[in-house]
Amino acid sequence: MLYIQCPWCGWRDESEFGYGGEAHIERPKDPDSVSDAEWADYLFFGSNTRGEFRERWVHSAGCRRWFNAVRDTTTYEFKAFYRMGEEPPGGEQ
Amino acid sequence: MRKYSIFSLARNALSHHENWWQAWRSPEPKKRYDAVIIGGGGHGLSTAYYLAKEHGMTNIAVIEKGWLGGGNTGRNTTIIRSNYLWTASAGIYEKGLKLWEGITQEVNFNMMLSQRGVLNLGHNLQDMRTIERRVNANRLNGVDGVVLNAQQVKEMVPIINTSETNTRFPVLGSSYQPRGGIARHDALAWGMARACDSLGIDVIQQCEVTGIRRDGGQVTGVDTTKGFIETNKVGAVTAGNSGVIADMAGIRLPVQSRPLQALVSEPIKPVIDTVVMSGAVHVYISQSDKGELVIGAGVDKYNGYGHKGSISVIEEQLAALVELYPIVSRLRLLRHWAGCVDVCPDASPLVTKTPVDGLYFNCGWGTGGWKATLGSGWCFAHTMANDEPHPLNEAFSLKRFETGAVIDEHGAAGVAH
Repeated sequence: MLYIQCPWCGWRDESEFGYGGEAHIERPKDPDSVSDAEWADYLFFGSNTRGEFRERWVHSAGCRRWFNAVRDTTTYEFKAFYRMGEEPPGGEQ
Repeated sequence: MRKYSIFSLARNALSHHENWWQAWRSPEPKKRYDAVIIGGGGHGLSTAYYLAKEHGMTNIAVIEKGWLGGGNTGRNTTIIRSNYLWTASAGIYEKGLKLWEGITQEVNFNMMLSQRGVLNLGHNLQDMRTIERRVNANRLNGVDGVVLNAQQVKEMVPIINTSETNTRFPVLGSSYQPRGGIARHDALAWGMARACDSLGIDVIQQCEVTGIRRDGGQVTGVDTTKGFIETNKVGAVTAGNSGVIADMAGIRLPVQSRPLQALVSEPIKPVIDTVVMSGAVHVYISQSDKGELVIGAGVDKYNGYGHKGSISVIEEQLAALVELYPIVSRLRLLRHWAGCVDVCPDASPLVTKTPVDGLYFNCGWGTGGWKATLGSGWCFAHTMANDEPHPLNEAFSLKRFETGAVIDEHGAAGVAH
């Protein structure tokens, strides 16, 4: 079981959390003007990184707030936890 | 290919089985192939086999980074069925099931297909309505199926708890596909490798693809740990690592790689002679020929390539198992493992061309690829040979995510898939 640090509540078991997939996916600013391909890319296509991956978690059985994490998808080791709106460690990629 | 038969068995028995011939070669890669298949699992080997058999392409290599049967082909719970809700799914999975029914004779290798039937349980009224709908849809699509009530389930599976009071997961009934069952996972890897080899296909193990070369949007070859191989057609059949291969080709896929866990118990006397799945409580069970109960779960919730999952998934799964089959409560577990499966947003696969000419993907089978290995290979071979999908896999294209014609099998298949 993963051990996860909620930025508000501290370290808790994985079973308290929900998973939100890849982080920092930006919704197109003007959905009416994007093509079907661009919309599909936003909605369905993503990176499926083997290695350090920025992802979203929600503390659904706790404070119910969303946050971001950086985790290695091969070792499952968390590298960082940070709040929504905060700069990801290492800056933009 | 030298045939296996009762006579070859007797002949080799006389020499204490020390002189069996080699089942396949271990060739070094040639400089150029007409097509290269990345991934030597069930889907990849079937693709190569049908490319040679149906489309006359024999200058083909199957490149495997590990060893035959060392990937998801050797890790699944071996369940075979085709009772999917949507017409597109019924088509490709039923094609797979029909090929399963003939493959042992065709390639002279015992796949140990055991059509012992598959039950999908319903635990509440809505489950039962969904089951009725799915079985009706199956029958309209030519897939066998019946709806069973709780008493019929109990007759077929005496160890199941169908009591009506004080149960956490009451059994109201199930769907039943008599032609479903299980087949031997290693046999598929070995049998298809042998069949490919006999058709002149090079099956190259311990060779990892490190790059995909392109020239103006057309594939020109693959870089591997055994050097560059020139080819104009590349079929990627790499399951959990499809995203990694897509990165090499500079394209994006709508798949996420997740750990999928399974386990077997210690061997016991025969207690269950069919396959029982429950999508609602994420547990499925059958009994192997050795007597082990083979138990599968749903995927873990997070992305992971690590071939391990969280113990909490196993805990929930075993809790459900003990509720449904009280006699297993004191069984010990023998082995527990995880594979890495690539899941599409609609829980249906991709058997498709890509924006790169000459690059094809057969992936996204998620938790349910095993049953489809032969059908997927058959369709993918057609797609690669003709640069056009077969009607059976036309719907499983990348384009469906743009057009919105997704094939939503989450509800129908459950997570157990």
